[in-house]
Amino acid sequence: MSDKILMAHGAGGKLSAQLLHEIILPAFDNAILHELHDGAKIGKLAMTTDSYVVRPIFFRGGDIGKLAVCGTVNDLSVTGAIPKWLSVGVILEEGFDFDALKKIVASMAAVAHEAGVQIVTGDTKVVGRGQADGIFINTAGVGELIDGVDISAKKICAGMKVLVSGTLGDHATAILAGRHGLELPESVKSDCAPLNGLIREMLAVEPKIAMLRDATRGGLAAVLNEIATAASVGILLDEEKIPVRREVRGVCDILGFDVLELANEGKIVAVVPSDSCEKILAVMHENIYGKDAALIGEVVATSAGKVGLRTSIGGVRIVDMPAGELVPRIC
Amino acid sequence: MNTLIEKLARLAAGKGRLRLMEVCGTHTVAIFRSGIRQVLPANVELVSGPGCPVCVTCDDYIDKAIAYARRDFIIATFGDMLKVPGSRSSLAEAQAAGADVRIVYSPLDALQIAEDNPRRSIIFLAVGFETTAPTQAATVLAARARGIKNLFMLSAQKLVPPALRFLLGDATAKVDGFLLPGHVAVVTGADAFNFLATEFNMPCAVGGFATEEILIALTSILEQIDNGRAEVANDYRTVVTAEGNVAAQKILSQVYTVTDAEWRGMGTIPASGLKMRDEFAAFDIEQVEPLPPCPLSLVPSPLKKACRCGEVLRGLVKPIDCPLFGKACQPLHAVGACMVSVEGVCAAWFKYGGQHFEW
Repeated sequence: MSDKILMAHGAGGKLSAQLLHEIILPAFDNAILHELHDGAKIGKLAMTTDSYVVRPIFFRGGDIGKLAVCGTVNDLSVTGAIPKWLSVGVILEEGFDFDALKKIVASMAAVAHEAGVQIVTGDTKVVGRGQADGIFINTAGVGELIDGVDISAKKICAGMKVLVSGTLGDHATAILAGRHGLELPESVKSDCAPLNGLIREMLAVEPKIAMLRDATRGGLAAVLNEIATAASVGILLDEEKIPVRREVRGVCDILGFDVLELANEGKIVAVVPSDSCEKILAVMHENIYGKDAALIGEVVATSAGKVGLRTSIGGVRIVDMPAGELVPRIC
Repeated sequence: MNTLIEKLARLAAGKGRLRLMEVCGTHTVAIFRSGIRQVLPANVELVSGPGCPVCVTCDDYIDKAIAYARRDFIIATFGDMLKVPGSRSSLAEAQAAGADVRIVYSPLDALQIAEDNPRRSIIFLAVGFETTAPTQAATVLAARARGIKNLFMLSAQKLVPPALRFLLGDATAKVDGFLLPGHVAVVTGADAFNFLATEFNMPCAVGGFATEEILIALTSILEQIDNGRAEVANDYRTVVTAEGNVAAQKILSQVYTVTDAEWRGMGTIPASGLKMRDEFAAFDIEQVEPLPPCPLSLVPSPLKKACRCGEVLRGLVKPIDCPLFGKACQPLHAVGACMVSVEGVCAAWFKYGGQHFEW
């Protein structure tokens, strides 16, 4: 084991988890942190924070600013809260282009407006040339928990259904394309979007949704493995029902990526009671960010802590926790 | 596809154990991902072969790459080389310690890095089979044409057909048929594998990588076994021809000449590698700036001595037969190269085959 931080420590996979459990948690441990959800619940409030280092800073479908607002809005929303107030911390590298900064700030303002959140405090620091890469952004957010909603792994039980809000892998593919000049069809762009509206509509028709997660780093594979472990259940997916764009699948085939492990920035995974699955899907389909939503699997009592995938020819294989970095600096 | 699965069952019925080798790492992963293993007849066993370029690359090569990385070269490499353990450490660790290692998706990206950094020297880690070697050759030609003098290759390209010949010459490799690598055959042509049928009486099929294409190729192999025939069936006709990609072959032979090469676990295989022709010596880092002989600190760790990657790559043992598998050796802290690459046999077994999902 290396005694230095590797890129994979930040990739949302096994090394990230190791870092968290061996260094971060023992130092800060408390009951609220221990939940390890995307946001912390404190009384009637939810709070979260995230830092953004994506490269390139402008990509098809978004930019680092839009990502920074959406990420925090989404983390609050999947905690079962209505996002209200955000802080923004910007670290700029000496020599960074003014126009680029203006564009990023305008994009943050636009998406904050769409999401109905206010940016109420912030900070700016500048470091010398070479001491950062253009711009890094941190956002933190506070939201109000919705009454009667309890998003918790403890609520998950066998028979519940697993939903995803749309096509997987779009964000990671768009970033890769931007970074490496891959020429992809216009349809392949980052899915970066504020999902608070969609989530609120879902919770309005079914407050007993057991789990909501945004499938960011590590993709669906990481999120479902975390859920399966936290809830001590098995999750069985149906490969043919998982929505993936043809172009994205093609890129994955060429580069050897598993689309289930690719990052998304505008997709939620929901674990919902079986009897309300249809009506939740119906409201999702009505929302622009959920129009491709699909029922992709179910919770089973066997194989606790594991995720399985039934393939198109009927075999069932394991979907493992991603081990490390697929695409660095994806968000 | 159900018809294919039924046909496989019919063809395999009443026969003894049949061991088919999928040569290519991309096939290994595709087979696991598609769940083909679970629907095959019980007496048909798939064993993985030496077709993952990262896996067959020797410790010595990684050690050299690390040594160059420490000498202030920019190392440009495909991502899966990063975590491959050399004798004592990996490029990822060298990177964390400050070496400039950059992941690229094509050797042409390395050319770009060279143009963008005229004062630095860039080494591209040229590993791979017939599939990637032509682009590497094209990169060298482009660098020469553009007068780029700061891009170098650390070459360890390998050729697949000689490795299969070597495997069959090894009496311990009991294989009843080969699923041949579609991507390699695009370049070499299906005919490059004819010796398997004519000299070794081995049923073979060149296959694509979609689930259905793999099942079709496996059916072809079982049909040959059933009829007592041996030939190279081309079941990937959309992209594979008998003679292959002649233009790519031409570029290859313009830049490289065939040489003996060292394969992990298999030792030196005659005429199984590529080295740059003398006229391109200025692009060969080992000629431009040779490293001193290997220092003593690079004696392999005791764990590495227990690693059975070599036997895994020859299809002699399964990954689960290695004492380190899933214990001391996992993707997170790999001992052997087969556990590192996404297409490595052990990594595929660990990720998809080491555990079962009951429901």
